[in-house]
Amino acid sequence: MRAFTYERARTPAEAAAAAASEPGARFIAGGTNLLDLMKLEIETPRRLIDLGGLKLDEIKATRDGGLRIGALARNTDLAADKRVRKDYPVLSRALLAGASGQLRNKATTAGNLLQRTRCPYFYDTNMPCNKRSPGAGCSAIGGFTRSHAVLGTSEACIATHPSDMAVAMRLLDAGVETVRPDGATRTIPIAEFHRLPAETPHIETALAPGELITAVTLPKPVGGKQAYHKVRDRASYAFALVSVATIIHEDGSGRVALGGVAHKPWRVEEAEAAMPRGAKATTEALLSGARTTAQNAFKLTLAERALGAAMAQPRG
Amino acid sequence: MVEQSDAGLSRRGLMAVGVASAAVASAPSATAAPAQDAPILATVTLEVNDRKQTLHLDTRTTLLDALREHLKLTGTKKGCDHGQCGACTVIVEGRRINACLTLAVMHEGDTITTIEGLGTPERLHPLQAAFVRHDGYQCGYCTPGQICSAKAMLDEIKAGVPSHVTADLSDKPKLTEAELRERMSGNICRCGAYSNIVEAIAEVAGGLVKGEPA
Repeated sequence: MRAFTYERARTPAEAAAAAASEPGARFIAGGTNLLDLMKLEIETPRRLIDLGGLKLDEIKATRDGGLRIGALARNTDLAADKRVRKDYPVLSRALLAGASGQLRNKATTAGNLLQRTRCPYFYDTNMPCNKRSPGAGCSAIGGFTRSHAVLGTSEACIATHPSDMAVAMRLLDAGVETVRPDGATRTIPIAEFHRLPAETPHIETALAPGELITAVTLPKPVGGKQAYHKVRDRASYAFALVSVATIIHEDGSGRVALGGVAHKPWRVEEAEAAMPRGAKATTEALLSGARTTAQNAFKLTLAERALGAAMAQPRG
Repeated sequence: MVEQSDAGLSRRGLMAVGVASAAVASAPSATAAPAQDAPILATVTLEVNDRKQTLHLDTRTTLLDALREHLKLTGTKKGCDHGQCGACTVIVEGRRINACLTLAVMHEGDTITTIEGLGTPERLHPLQAAFVRHDGYQCGYCTPGQICSAKAMLDEIKAGVPSHVTADLSDKPKLTEAELRERMSGNICRCGAYSNIVEAIAEVAGGLVKGEPA
């Protein structure tokens, strides 16, 4: 691990200004992903700004009937929140499908959104990777690609976003509230928050340098039968091969978002019109334009079947 | 407040290393540590097993290394050092976490319980006694982490925290085998003592409810 200075931020705006003042500065909250990457020297911050004292862990109702989740709310607390369990159960289910009890106790809401890919070539510092070193090339392309993306890929990167929580947030039309180094605030719709890799896979989100997430907001509950089907190599504590987050109403209409298939949670609103006609019709539209390898083509079948399983559940 | 003499020694040692690396970095050498990696020190006070401990540490020191290398509490084990195996599980502010994936300096004033704080050879914690009784280990390396994890995990069930296998999110979670296995999945036992670990934890928890098959 490279040496770094350590400080505790006193206000979100101060933290953002401090982070923007130095290219090597990084925020740290739960630290479960950042420290892992720092040990491997994939992340090499010179300055760590600890957000732990910012009191951004509250979960409270909004005036329009939704929920405002503090950026530092722990994954365990968010999954266990009574309002989330009742009104946004797909979010509880997605959180509980991810990581381990220990990690969920530490990992935060904002950190979960910002966690980096688990592409094994990103982790192997002996192999070229455009995320680690822009322009170096992608070792995954032409390599072992069973776990890699099949949608929205580019010639520069085929990594997936590893988060379960983010898939549910995308399904629920969350908003990401931020403060910028100049003190200005904004809300980034979750659909625009994560980027596709294109030519710059090292730029993963819409955040500007130093911009700090302060909360994630959920619109008022939409009801429906909500589920998160995660398919993985082990029954617990493994990343998704494919995951399917669904909201299904009694008439068969609904929403669907996929995890494990792209550089961001994958949702195509137009495809949802096909939901009353079943999983095959829906996935035909949802997976259109997929680019697969012999090793990961199974993800398309898996997505259709996982959606079929969600649709087969009682809707009452 | 107790100031550990070990910590004082290691601080001086670290500073000497820092000066040395700064001195050699100006001369071109493939092996010299770059000057910017000279250790940066910080002070943190932790309350470990009911005892206040003030440490002067390289900011890079994980909570795990602070416990093991500086406080010599070697009951907490280093397995993968990447949050994958759970051998380093300790209880911080009442919650189980991976001590390897957090920095000591991030825990100013925090209350930390390690396996040494749960029980002693003369006065075993009920979970320790149950692990012995049920043969919940073979090599024993993962055991301190398993036990710290189990202690906090049972508190999570009591607090009503749901899990991936909880059938109904509006219900209190039930103490089933499937629940215990899912909730302990962050603790790997390479010897494969899982079934005995489940029995040991179940006994301390007061027995299992017959649940849906896992």
